[in-house]
Amino acid sequence: MTTDTDAPGPFPTPPHAFEDADGRDITVRSLASTDADGFESLVEMYDDFDPSMRAQGIPPTGESRVRSWLDTLVGGDAYNVVAWHGDDAVGHATLVPDGDDAYELAIFVHQDSQGCGVGTRLIRTLLGYGAANDVGHVWLTVERWNHAAIALYEKVGFETMNAESFEIEMEMDLSTARVQTDNTG
Amino acid sequence: MKVLLGIGGSDDSLDALERTVERAVEAGDELTVAVLDNPESDRSADEVIDHASSVLEDAGLDADVRHLTGDPGSELVELAGREGFEQVVLGGGERSPMGKIRLGHIAEFVLLNAPVTVTLVR
Repeated sequence: MTTDTDAPGPFPTPPHAFEDADGRDITVRSLASTDADGFESLVEMYDDFDPSMRAQGIPPTGESRVRSWLDTLVGGDAYNVVAWHGDDAVGHATLVPDGDDAYELAIFVHQDSQGCGVGTRLIRTLLGYGAANDVGHVWLTVERWNHAAIALYEKVGFETMNAESFEIEMEMDLSTARVQTDNTG
Repeated sequence: MKVLLGIGGSDDSLDALERTVERAVEAGDELTVAVLDNPESDRSADEVIDHASSVLEDAGLDADVRHLTGDPGSELVELAGREGFEQVVLGGGERSPMGKIRLGHIAEFVLLNAPVTVTLVR
């Protein structure tokens, strides 16, 4: 725990329960590689994902491609959190090791659960989960026209590193991040 | 069709080589392979030239293999315009650990500046 006011956070750790802006009870939980039911719910969410909201080739199209993509994310060494509304997965965020001691972040929120604060809670809980597991350097790329996503990443503490190409590259040092101990709010 | 394939040695460019050669044999395209100095690639230009020559030989396709020195994107665009190529072909991008497709700097430059149709092989 640090008192550095520039440090990112404080971020909650999973499980993190809250009421979204539509008054729905949402819980963000980590997803274990052995959770077959959770995996199936996630496949369902991505299978129903609005194709126009795809970014940089993911999520892939078609159930079999979705399955093999998720297999590599959930079955490997990535940290995964899922936002649940009852038994329905409504959002997924992940930190994937890049083989170079850093982690690539991505977040997806189902189109029916956008605009009510789920994405912000989801990404903050993922960052808390990562920080609690000693994840340090986190990076992501985002298409430069995707203003909503860029605003979200900036809000939680990402900084732009490279904006010279079609995609903007952003990063965060999680090693100094504060983790929230009270996870009720 | 007169086709110009640009490869720098990244995995996606070598995949594009295989597929474009296959396609050229089927369609009877007149293919030129331009080997570019791609700083993002681990393979040297000589290695890429050797590889391209052997792929062409295996396919029984007669095609020019040229080494373009200097800035890869602008050299390729310049060559396409100067020699009347009808299409430029490039690799379709590498995948990040997450699975996101990332276009290289050469592809970005060529897409925006080429005077002819650009195909990204995926």
